[in-house]
Amino acid sequence: MAKMKWYWYWVSTSIIFRLILIYFPNNLNLSSRPEVATPLTSLRRLAEGYWLKQSSISPYSGSMYHGSPLLLAILGPLTVIRFEGQPEHIACSLLFVIADLITAILIRATGQKLHLSYKRSLKSLNVTKLLETSEILSAGDIAALIYLWNPLTIVTCVGMSTSPVENLMIVLSLYGACSRLAPLAAFGWVLASHLSLYPAILIIPVIFLLGYGPDTPPKKLFRQQKSESNGNDLVIQNRFSWRPVVHFILWASFWTVYVLVLCSIYLKQYGGLSEMFKRTHGFILTLEDLSPNIGVLWYFFAEVFDFFRDFFLIVFHVNILFMLLPLAIRLYHRPCFLAFIYIAISSMLKSYPSVGDSALYLALLGWFVYELAEMQFSFFLFCGYVGVTLLSPVMHNLWIWRGTGNANFYYATAMAYACLQIILVVESVSAMLQHDRMLRKQSTT
Amino acid sequence: MTFLRSILFFILLIQLFFVKSNGIDEEFTEELLLKPLPDRKVLAHFHFDTKTPPTKTYGHHHRLFPKAIYQLVQKFRIREMELSFTQGRWNYERWGAFDSMSSSNAKPPGVELWAVFDVPPHQVDANWKNLTQTLSGLFCASINFLESSTAYSAPAWGFRTFSGKLRYGALPREAVCTENLTPWLKLLPCRDKAGLASILDRPSIYKGFYHSQRLRLLSNEFSLDASAEAPGIVLEQTLTVVLQPHSHDTRSIYSDGRLLHPSWSISSIFGRAVAGKCVLANLSTIYVELESGVVSALNNLNVDLETGGHGADDMGSEGSWSNPGFELSVKPERVIKEVNSSHGKSFSILYEYSVDKYGDNEPFDLGFIWKLPMAWSCLHSPFHASRFLMGSGNQRGSIAISLRSTGSSSEGFIGGGDFFGDVCKVRVDIFQVVPWYVKVYFHTLQVYVDGKPELLKDILEKMHVSPSEDKVSPGVMEMVLRFPCSVKSAAVVIDFDKGFLHIDEYPPDANQGFDIPSAVISFPDFEPRMHFLDENSSSKSPMLLKLQEKNPVISYTEVLLVPLATPDFSMPYNVITITCTVFALYFGSLLNALRRRVGEEERFFKSKAANQTRLLPRLLAKLRGKQQEPTQSTSSSSLGRKLTLKIVLVAGVAIGWHYYTDYQSS
Repeated sequence: MAKMKWYWYWVSTSIIFRLILIYFPNNLNLSSRPEVATPLTSLRRLAEGYWLKQSSISPYSGSMYHGSPLLLAILGPLTVIRFEGQPEHIACSLLFVIADLITAILIRATGQKLHLSYKRSLKSLNVTKLLETSEILSAGDIAALIYLWNPLTIVTCVGMSTSPVENLMIVLSLYGACSRLAPLAAFGWVLASHLSLYPAILIIPVIFLLGYGPDTPPKKLFRQQKSESNGNDLVIQNRFSWRPVVHFILWASFWTVYVLVLCSIYLKQYGGLSEMFKRTHGFILTLEDLSPNIGVLWYFFAEVFDFFRDFFLIVFHVNILFMLLPLAIRLYHRPCFLAFIYIAISSMLKSYPSVGDSALYLALLGWFVYELAEMQFSFFLFCGYVGVTLLSPVMHNLWIWRGTGNANFYYATAMAYACLQIILVVESVSAMLQHDRMLRKQSTT
Repeated sequence: MTFLRSILFFILLIQLFFVKSNGIDEEFTEELLLKPLPDRKVLAHFHFDTKTPPTKTYGHHHRLFPKAIYQLVQKFRIREMELSFTQGRWNYERWGAFDSMSSSNAKPPGVELWAVFDVPPHQVDANWKNLTQTLSGLFCASINFLESSTAYSAPAWGFRTFSGKLRYGALPREAVCTENLTPWLKLLPCRDKAGLASILDRPSIYKGFYHSQRLRLLSNEFSLDASAEAPGIVLEQTLTVVLQPHSHDTRSIYSDGRLLHPSWSISSIFGRAVAGKCVLANLSTIYVELESGVVSALNNLNVDLETGGHGADDMGSEGSWSNPGFELSVKPERVIKEVNSSHGKSFSILYEYSVDKYGDNEPFDLGFIWKLPMAWSCLHSPFHASRFLMGSGNQRGSIAISLRSTGSSSEGFIGGGDFFGDVCKVRVDIFQVVPWYVKVYFHTLQVYVDGKPELLKDILEKMHVSPSEDKVSPGVMEMVLRFPCSVKSAAVVIDFDKGFLHIDEYPPDANQGFDIPSAVISFPDFEPRMHFLDENSSSKSPMLLKLQEKNPVISYTEVLLVPLATPDFSMPYNVITITCTVFALYFGSLLNALRRRVGEEERFFKSKAANQTRLLPRLLAKLRGKQQEPTQSTSSSSLGRKLTLKIVLVAGVAIGWHYYTDYQSS
């Protein structure tokens, strides 16, 4: 009970901290930072799209707004609401704080489920030695607190970007899948893919989650155990159950149709759905906007010869898809971890990355604190993240505002950031595989 | 043969006679207007006008009208077109902003082109593109840059009212020089060999503070209501220069500190005198204009002198060409006075000279000698408009258009402004084109009146926006604002983000920045015009007719220079290789992590111990990126053999391919 109290204390302080930051004048200029607001997630562009819509021009005309029409319908009216004596966009800010809170709660709930199944599987494998360490603090609590107190999350929440909503949808889908609620999982997945396209690849872990249940050690181990003990006392089923998956697919198609119908109603006079797909998903895939962000693709496509542009666009997008299958084959028994890796990869290779994406996968990393305890380079990674987050604004300032540096300065930090993410992904994957190996050794000996 | 030829000649003569007898013929007039400016400079405005009757009645062959222009009109079905090349900025505060001279001849720096086509709306763009290419060749200028859809716009009503068939484009950075003037002069029947154009000495023109050469076409060849009385095609060519006459008079500073305006003559400002008219010209006239400010200053002077006991002509009634203030070296043939000035009490005066009777032996050289220092000010428009950028850095900024009320014409507001109930309001139209890399946030538009922010709906009467598309079209903003007449200053502010371009889209001098073309600010409530006594001669002169036309007051704002952040231009290969390396690192290491199996690892560690001593197999293994089995010593040699075999095979295939392609190509 004391633990619970302690947890809620930190949650409420994080919320209060956000509210204080919101009341700083001009949002601390965070909304114009390229690290926070990308062309896809910037609320300022959303306000422009809403203004165009209000003056009966297509919200997508003018290459300003590239988000979903649904966001426009919900957040648009909030951008023009003004309260006397309150900062601008207060309504949107409050909405983002609420979204962050819900995300944290869902992360905690999912984390607790994962923790439960982890403990159960360890027990069934008779590896009680590991259980002692994991009793200290639930992985869900850790993940939720990482999410709430991560400076990147706070900056995203205060900095007027719509990524908290996107993150909420992703987490909602994972939560739904973890608790085997097919409609909820489908809803989160459909909306998340509608908002930013890349979460579409999460269909693989979601189906695994629905089919196999939350993360477990490899099935092989249980079979071994079974054959050794010759008993039927194993509760963990290792058969793929099709029922929830079929439910998920039906619900997903239903939600897709629903979202598309809503969008087409909203955009009836302005070119309809084809215009929407061209301006949102097309914009993501063709990388038209070359304004700097923390990714590396903007500089690459600003410099690459036009002749090769299409080729490299295909190469970089296929790079995400290429790794899906090997990862799925190797990690199918750990769908949540698979989802974490997918999110990390897409936030590294996506066209317009922002710190909001890293905030999400860094929080999800908290789910696997006990599994990944043996991870290599973790201190180096931590220092690297701190260094890049400090250096990136400095380099941006030198290049854009002072004019004493050039684009390579900022590109170098983006490069370092990409390398850090690569190391994180690779090391966490190998640490997880190592953990499975370790479990096998422990359970057999 | 001779007989045939003579018959042909005869037919030709008859044809010519009939054409002549038709009454309407091609006409060419040349005129020059000289005007002293308040800041000791002289304005020279050349006006060449070529008219041809419609093709329907006149046919395709012309004596005077330039063929190139005729074909242009026919091919692109132009109804109206204006092309201007300008160097320098018109100084609205000193050279006038409230007369038809400034509103029709003051142009933004660089090239400005607009055209109205008489074609169905879907063909307009194609015609515009061809027109820009043609003009580019015709005038040796980079007008072809206006072909790209990012460079031109289709204003709805903000610029001029032609529904959908108008295209407007401007190149603010175009350098204007003699290579643009020469083709322009070639359109004149006498080129610059005779007539008024012969005094266009290149060095003295380009030495000036401002010069603007303009070409304006007006045709009703294709209009449906051919009954309109206007002739077929009118080509109006004007050249406006502001020059600084040299003053050699050392005693020009008077005791009371006032400066005597430098005296000038045609030969002193242009370097040569007018050697007769162009024989093809129907009219060849030179005017000297004294604007109302000078006239009233002279009147005051006369009144002073009269009270001092001197008898002098009353300027207002006589318009004398020699008076205590100044003296003209040649007696004017006619003095034209403005009769019903819309502004103030004083009238402007035109002295007219005909060049007909002058020739090579006796060139016409008009001198203007100031006798007493004079100070006057030109007519101001209701607002002085200027535009500037706010903010620093290369990420975002704001464009502000500031309107400062010119106090002198505050009484003009009452005459010009519209009344809404009891409140007098002044209408201001703003037309602005912004290139796509200046991404304007229209929802941030704010209007400040006398320094205080105002609600947009109180001021903004009408607005049309077409937002810019990245790499497709520029943003266009057309606004109608109504300010209360009592307003002292107003500002329109809008925020923008700066875009980032691809490395190829930057011009060679990328760090100089990018130009935003001038905004056009017009005051439709005010339509200054000159009224002259309706005499035959004045109605015949196209320039005087032009001066009497009703035109709203228009002023162009400054061109803005926006610096954009640049990538490193020397880096493409480095960026490509480094980025691809990082991606390869990701792909390779992740795949490696996934592929590695425990058993394999144990084997690997065992083999490592065994392989400690052998260098070559390890190197080879590294090269191949594969673990090598630590078996027998023969393995290394067999592996080497395999490798050489592979290399030989690949080389063989390459040689074969080479010969095959060689064979194919030969």
